[in-house]
Amino acid sequence: MSLVEPALSKGAVVQGASVRTRPALWGLGLAAAASWIAAAGVIELWPETVPQPYGRELALIALAISLALIIVAVTGRALGAVATTVRYYGAWAIAGALGLVIWEVVTAKTGLLPVPFFSSPQSILEVFLDDWSRLGISVSYSLALLAKGYFFGALTGFVIGVTIGWSQAASYWVHPVLRIIGPLPATAWLPLAFFIFPTSGSASVFLIALATAFPVTILTWSGIASVNRDYYDIARTLGAKPGFLILKVAIPAALPHVFVGLFMGLGTSFAVLVVAEMLGVKAGLGWYLQWAQGWAAYNNMYAALLVMALMCSTLITVLFRVRDWTLSWQKGLVRW
Amino acid sequence: MVATAVNGRVAPAVGQRVDISSLSHQFELEGDPLPVLDDVDFSIEPGSFVALLGPSGCGKSTLLRLLAGLDHPTRGQLRVDGSQVDDPDPSRILVFQDPTLFPWRTVWDNVALGLEAQGILRKSKSRVDEAIRLVGLEGFDKAYPHQLSGGMAQRVALARALVNDPRLLLLDEPLGKLDSLTRLTMQTELVNLWQRAGLTAVLVTHDVEEAVFLAQRVLIFGPRPARIVADLAVDLPYPRHRGDPRLSELRREALVHLGLASTW
Repeated sequence: MSLVEPALSKGAVVQGASVRTRPALWGLGLAAAASWIAAAGVIELWPETVPQPYGRELALIALAISLALIIVAVTGRALGAVATTVRYYGAWAIAGALGLVIWEVVTAKTGLLPVPFFSSPQSILEVFLDDWSRLGISVSYSLALLAKGYFFGALTGFVIGVTIGWSQAASYWVHPVLRIIGPLPATAWLPLAFFIFPTSGSASVFLIALATAFPVTILTWSGIASVNRDYYDIARTLGAKPGFLILKVAIPAALPHVFVGLFMGLGTSFAVLVVAEMLGVKAGLGWYLQWAQGWAAYNNMYAALLVMALMCSTLITVLFRVRDWTLSWQKGLVRW
Repeated sequence: MVATAVNGRVAPAVGQRVDISSLSHQFELEGDPLPVLDDVDFSIEPGSFVALLGPSGCGKSTLLRLLAGLDHPTRGQLRVDGSQVDDPDPSRILVFQDPTLFPWRTVWDNVALGLEAQGILRKSKSRVDEAIRLVGLEGFDKAYPHQLSGGMAQRVALARALVNDPRLLLLDEPLGKLDSLTRLTMQTELVNLWQRAGLTAVLVTHDVEEAVFLAQRVLIFGPRPARIVADLAVDLPYPRHRGDPRLSELRREALVHLGLASTW
């Protein structure tokens, strides 16, 4: 997922450039709007085999999407970056309407897929509309736990990575320990951590931190170790002391590697977060999934998975933004 | 300014004096000693421009690293202004063949590196602007290294050195990777910078024409382990002219010492 992101954003930029030369009326968008109107029609007019709540609301959402597409289609470039993004995903908008209709037909309309295990679109909508407060609280708990664990893990990994990348002695002592303990999945510590730590919350923070710290340590270390030696020579002839060499030469030069570690750490921290919430912490999206399973509330599980996917991809996107901003010097975009 | 002094030198002599005596250096290569400098003796007058000419890999660059204080000699004495060279010092600055600019820093920040490292940047920001102007890169302050051409990057590297007011400028084939036209321009600029700053310049090169065109004195090294095989004085005033028959005479002489007389 992390690899796809920059390609997409780059694509959006390129697409934006070519859109400017097109006429204001956007045919693909109108087609997409039509397909969403058709989807609304199917949802509203085709009778359901099993009566479902919120069918009308789902149809209204589909109409709202088609209205938005029509607005973008006729206003040209007036809406700026939003319009550029929407136009880029025009084909996806048609595919989305098609997917919704197929989903709707095989679940609510015909019951082709067995009902309790496969949810219809409106039954997931029902969860969002009726259980949003519990979902929202779960998201906030998950985010808080993840933030604590990730922050301590990233910080620890960074500091250890810089230390062993810089100091031979530190590397001598830490490297073997890392080699043995590092590859162990953080979740393997779970039973022990819940036993040792006073609360399941602190145990989970520890586990997430552990999962994050390992990749950040390794990548920071390799980043520091691969810094061009000439940078140090240059800085030294210009009067740099060791502190300057670490803070102003080694670390900035290693940052691209560090960010790779941060991405890997974020990925593993998601896995540990969900497991920790399922097994220990009585809050968060992992717990919500577990809870929904206990009540055989499959609709709630699908809804929670959807929210979780959104949360994780949003966090990855945020980290991408931070990286792009921090490493803006890497980009060859600005030229004269 | 009217140049009246010998060789057109106008700036006051603030350059450092270099004394090298019985200097030998060797590397360890897979456990075996690899001698690179063998009993080298010479002195450089303050404010002069000396070229070290020799075949590739003969140890000239090693000599510059020793002078910069980046490495320590195996044997012998290395004195700058009478005191032993132990560590790098901003008064002696090395300019490498690659500009080696820090890619995450803008041109301005790259030039400011030395002042920042010495903790005196706040008081001397104008020196950074001045150095950038000196190498003709006004308006490129906020550019990043990847946006610069090879010649511009090497100018930034020169500005990064000059901003510290070095008294000994050690140039390790600084023009080696530039295209030949940029190279000719930069050679002239290098002479101008040296004359204006009044520093001692030591240029390592394997380009015979560059050595005799730029320097007042050319020390020719034999193959590794390097020792001095000839000491040529280039008794021509600046600005010099590439077509000067005396220059081609000196080039021929240098080639003879390098064992390449048959190519003349």
